[in-house]
Amino acid sequence: MTSRTINAKNMHYTPLNKRIKELVKTGVQEIVLENVLGQRFIANGLRGKVTIHIHGVPGGDLGMFMSGPTCIVHGNCEHAPGNTMAKGKIAIHGSAGDAVAHSMRGGKIFVRDNIGYRGGIHMKEYGDNPAVLIVGGLAQAFLGEYMAGGKIIVLGSGSDRAVDGREIGSGIHGGEIIVRGDVDEKQLGVGAITEDFGKEDLDAIKPLILEFCESFSLDPKQYLDTKYTRIVPASSRPFAGKYTWE
Amino acid sequence: MSLGSIPMRYRVKIDREQCMECMRCIDNCSYGVFREENGKIHIDSRNCTVCHRCISMCPRDAIDLHERPVDYRSHPLWTPEAREDIINQARGGKIILSGMGNAKPYPVIFDRLVLDACQVTNPSIDPLREPMELRTYIGKKPKQLHITKNEAGDLELETELSPNLKLDTPIMIGHMSYGAISLNAQLSLAKAAAKVGTYMGTGEGGLHEHLHPYQNNMIVQVASGRFGVDIDYLERGAAIEIKIGQGAKPGIGGHLPGEKVCADISCTRMIPQGSDAISPAPHHDIYSIEDLAQLVRSLKEATNWEKPVFVKIAAVHNTAAIAAGIARSSADAVVIDGFRGGTGAAPKVFRDNVGIPIEAAIASVDQKLHDQGIRNKLSVIASGGIRNSADIAKAIALGADAVYIGTAALVSMGCRVCGNCYRGLCPWGIATQREDLVQRLDPEIESEHVANLINSWTLELSEIMGAAGINSIESLRSNRSRLRGYMLDEGTLEVLEVKPVGA
Repeated sequence: MTSRTINAKNMHYTPLNKRIKELVKTGVQEIVLENVLGQRFIANGLRGKVTIHIHGVPGGDLGMFMSGPTCIVHGNCEHAPGNTMAKGKIAIHGSAGDAVAHSMRGGKIFVRDNIGYRGGIHMKEYGDNPAVLIVGGLAQAFLGEYMAGGKIIVLGSGSDRAVDGREIGSGIHGGEIIVRGDVDEKQLGVGAITEDFGKEDLDAIKPLILEFCESFSLDPKQYLDTKYTRIVPASSRPFAGKYTWE
Repeated sequence: MSLGSIPMRYRVKIDREQCMECMRCIDNCSYGVFREENGKIHIDSRNCTVCHRCISMCPRDAIDLHERPVDYRSHPLWTPEAREDIINQARGGKIILSGMGNAKPYPVIFDRLVLDACQVTNPSIDPLREPMELRTYIGKKPKQLHITKNEAGDLELETELSPNLKLDTPIMIGHMSYGAISLNAQLSLAKAAAKVGTYMGTGEGGLHEHLHPYQNNMIVQVASGRFGVDIDYLERGAAIEIKIGQGAKPGIGGHLPGEKVCADISCTRMIPQGSDAISPAPHHDIYSIEDLAQLVRSLKEATNWEKPVFVKIAAVHNTAAIAAGIARSSADAVVIDGFRGGTGAAPKVFRDNVGIPIEAAIASVDQKLHDQGIRNKLSVIASGGIRNSADIAKAIALGADAVYIGTAALVSMGCRVCGNCYRGLCPWGIATQREDLVQRLDPEIESEHVANLINSWTLELSEIMGAAGINSIESLRSNRSRLRGYMLDEGTLEVLEVKPVGA
């Protein structure tokens, strides 16, 4: 596998991304970015099968519009990694800010630790590649707001409440949010309802849990039971019946 | 106790002596006004939307149509509309949905502005004999040019230029999505845009593969739902437009009901079939002008800084300040959509009451950008209620670089502004996805009509400019001394920076 390293120290994001695109064009399969400090838009709109190791803290919109590559972040992330992402994977060995996976249409985002507010907002699915967001730690309020498709799983590691905030799934009209442990009725947003999580549901998410744990060398055993709450839309047509004709 | 029925809004009549019972009215009406019983045409006037399809297709001019055949007790405040809306809402407790643009009789500022012409002291120009420059470039312009001489003695431009769109006419076609309108309607507009050397917007509905041959004349839109947006879509567009707001419904989002999301639309929007396509009111990654700048830069970064990025906002009270913020964001153009802008569907209360007229918005934005010395950083595109070439000339004189037309382009394809777009039954094949209706619209023929319209307006523009002694559209831009206000109040004249007639 051809691998290249870029020292991103003091580099502006545009030349950095230009360099990444050039390397991908020449068939490089692995790129290691050293000393990343707040550069936004890394791997933005990038295609291909490349794996990018990011050492440091990338800025906002990591992997926005990305279609195919894998980004492995050895550190924390700013807001909205995976914004409007179509294909590929982002694995974050740390925490991420607000609006993680915003409008993401396909691919996977794994966050080992915590995420901020509005995680998975307006996430979607299309074809056989639904968007998946898995959070190992905690998520804040407005998780899965406006969600239109895909899957959010919050494992809540190290806490007995994976999501403490309110307005979970506010305006949800597609997809599902699976939260480890219990979720109070009062934490749900408008349009969201809870459903029992059974053996079949566990079977459905098991491959994802295994993949997540493998990414971060975690023991999957602790997550392979049915102690989850499943949050789904009350209707796929939340606005039907709200309007009358002129 | 029943509220009873409200009086019929329109009465359709057939002149039985004229009628040859060809039944074309029955075939053409998708709203079910006409039906055949025992060889006779029966009429249900209550289903009529005044789309005029039957009238335009009747070979004998046998159909008669009257609005409000039943009188209410006249009252200046409690109009029939006010009373009927209340009855409608008392029945269902719902929001009233409406189509097309603002339907309230606000005064039209365009109609109270008159254009200038040369007489005696300065000569007018004859566009038949003299070249008239209508070419328009949309995008950032450098503040100054640095030129050096190379060793061979040739001049070389040192200044790096920003990407611009090159238009052969200052008239573009605004964003109407596949979903809001049919694919044949979009195809007609795209073919027309390519023919006349201008651009059309995709709206937030993705880019159907049938439109790929016209992608060099298309501006792709990124709105809050992010429907159909991926890197392929962004790369195909000649420019990218971020939609923040729409003149017909400032401050709210939109949604395409699931029943309209058929296989093809699901494919271009990249959502499952039958799913509601909900565009939230805000972009969830934009909560400030700095966040907007970040989205602009993200789109530029994804497309290697090769494409102009526009930001579309609805004309509201602080539009000028917002535009000044946009000018500092790396965006190349601001689109301002006035409160008469059209829509497939909007709550009536928004369509008719929220926002400000485009005329005032353009003038205040242009002035603010000039005052701050940043007018060159941003092109200004005006839209929302442009009805003819005079409106365009006035919009440009008030400070616009170019205009978007929407409703006008649809009217050139048959639309009669009946305002029932949201029902999906458009008998002209425009605002519908019903296959038999869509087939009524032939993109070859309709693109010709749309192109004809843009060509006529372009011709008229050069005549208007020639009469004013102006031979380049750039000399008309922000040239408010060529306008006068007729019966406009002092406050409005001040905002427009236009003198009254006679002054």
